[in-house]
Amino acid sequence: MSTSPPVPASPPAPAVPPIAVEHLECRYGGRTVLRDVTFAVGEGELFFIIGGSGCGKTTLLRHLIGLLPPARGVVRYFGEDFTAASRAARRQLLKTFGVLYQSAALWSSMTVAENVALPLEQYTNLNRRERDEIVALKLAQVGLAGFEEYFPAELSGGMRKRAGLARALALDPRIVFFDEPSAGLDPVTSRALDRLILEIRASLGTTVVIVSHELASIFALADRVIMLDREAQGTIAEGRPRELAASSPDPRVRAFLTRDGEADSTESTK
Amino acid sequence: MSAEPNPARAEATLNGDVLGVALGGTWQITGPQPSWREVLADRRPRAVRFTLDDAGRWDSSLVRFVHEAERWCGEAGVRCETEALPEVVRRLAAQLTAAQAARAPAAHRAGFLTTVGLSAADVWRQVREFANFVGECTLSAVEAVRRPGRFRWADCLGEMQQCGAMAVPIVSLTSFLVGLTLAYTGAIILRQFGGDIWVADIVGLSMFREMGAVMTGIVVAGRTGAAFAAQLGNMKTGEEIDALETLGIPAVDFLVLPRLLALTLMMPLLAMYANCLGILGGMLIASTVLDIPASAYWVEMQTIVDLSDVSAGMIKSVTFGVLVAVAGCLRGLQCERSAAGVGRAATSAVVTGILLIIVADAIFAVLFNVLGI
Repeated sequence: MSTSPPVPASPPAPAVPPIAVEHLECRYGGRTVLRDVTFAVGEGELFFIIGGSGCGKTTLLRHLIGLLPPARGVVRYFGEDFTAASRAARRQLLKTFGVLYQSAALWSSMTVAENVALPLEQYTNLNRRERDEIVALKLAQVGLAGFEEYFPAELSGGMRKRAGLARALALDPRIVFFDEPSAGLDPVTSRALDRLILEIRASLGTTVVIVSHELASIFALADRVIMLDREAQGTIAEGRPRELAASSPDPRVRAFLTRDGEADSTESTK
Repeated sequence: MSAEPNPARAEATLNGDVLGVALGGTWQITGPQPSWREVLADRRPRAVRFTLDDAGRWDSSLVRFVHEAERWCGEAGVRCETEALPEVVRRLAAQLTAAQAARAPAAHRAGFLTTVGLSAADVWRQVREFANFVGECTLSAVEAVRRPGRFRWADCLGEMQQCGAMAVPIVSLTSFLVGLTLAYTGAIILRQFGGDIWVADIVGLSMFREMGAVMTGIVVAGRTGAAFAAQLGNMKTGEEIDALETLGIPAVDFLVLPRLLALTLMMPLLAMYANCLGILGGMLIASTVLDIPASAYWVEMQTIVDLSDVSAGMIKSVTFGVLVAVAGCLRGLQCERSAAGVGRAATSAVVTGILLIIVADAIFAVLFNVLGI
């Protein structure tokens, strides 16, 4: 996490976006899922990657965070090439972002506190007491104070997501990726998680990238979205969600954002 | 992402009784940070006043520093003035203080006596669950006999191949080596009395009555018992067993009984095969090391091994097959819904299977002795 200070002492070059994706081609299982994906995410922006099921949202995310190598193209974090980075440079860049996975992906044999503490053990010189304090702070931020000694299996789905978020925030990354944060959560818990994301962004200035197809979250949170499409194998729209819903020239974009599935359902009944 | 040119700093100046602490630079948790103790340097001010000058980026490390200072101030009865810091820093520091207070009670951790009590209750629960499970399997088996058409024969055949035919190589190796080792060990004593030929008796009797069934049982517990637990555990984690139950299909009928029958049928065959390989191992040592012809070895073995010994081994092997299958399936169905749970279920299935084999073997030893078998 990092805030934009009131009076930055040594400001980085303002033109360099936290994330820049250039002509990315994503392959998965031997076939091309996305071609020529290009976009940039600004500092402190809440950016959504949206699209229907199977359009390659999660595949794109896995390419962005380095779990899959791109067939072509470049992913840059703060101007530095992540895809071609050396092992040491990659390790440094990995500290700049945290990821909340769809299933939270907490390590089941470790307590919640141990889950959050592991990145701190790996990347900082903090002693045990200092680590515990940071863990307590992170868990308090996500509303899980007092749950340090619980195992993931003892938590509800929403609590697991929040614990996963605490782990993603452990190193105070300047970027946080969320993969389908609302998946498997009831609307109330989902809304609470949305509020949490807004709080984190507001207080810490974190750049947030969310992969989702939840319209409620998209309209409540997104500064800007890109929409992917399975047939087009790439980006079909980019902009503010309300503007796209109202005036996108592409009917697929309007249909998605206005929940207008009439065309699809008519087609499927034929 | 290179080294930070403007590192975090906290410069303290004592003006009268007030320690002014000017914070600045870039505070990163992954980088070097000042320590409150070093900043304080054994000074005893009446008040501490924070200011944030020339600030670059900051993160939790600054919050933790302020929290540490506030805690010291609280303990030392010193006034702490943080008004000049950004509101977010103060709010997060307060949140950390509250979280630390919430963490203090460790009600989640049980004491020694509670742990012993809970463990005892757990053992009793496990015994009851085991008994219930055996009962369920029995009822399911009765139902399968009454309606054999509903039994999952294809699954059963697949499992028979997995736990029977596929286990042949490992059973061959272990039983051959056991026979070989028995012959060597027996020869040490028998040679002293000029009774080398009785190696055939020792190997034959040991293999048929004891080692064939027990060694096969242990191999199968490690191989098949663990596989049963992992398969069913994985299915439970993936809610596949819940899906069966909601369709009104008991998991015992659908998943357990085919495995139970497969292993019960395969175990005596594997044990008989193990007996033969063990005898071959003994025969190899007898003919190469002790100079006993294979025919003499065979004839001598037939004088001591009779049908009751073969039957005793077969009864044991069937029992061990049932026990290993029940332990594997039960642990799989009891599995916690997590990856670690599946691992624990597999380990537990092996431990339970081997434990049950040894206990059952001891009971058989007493029983056969009483019955004169």
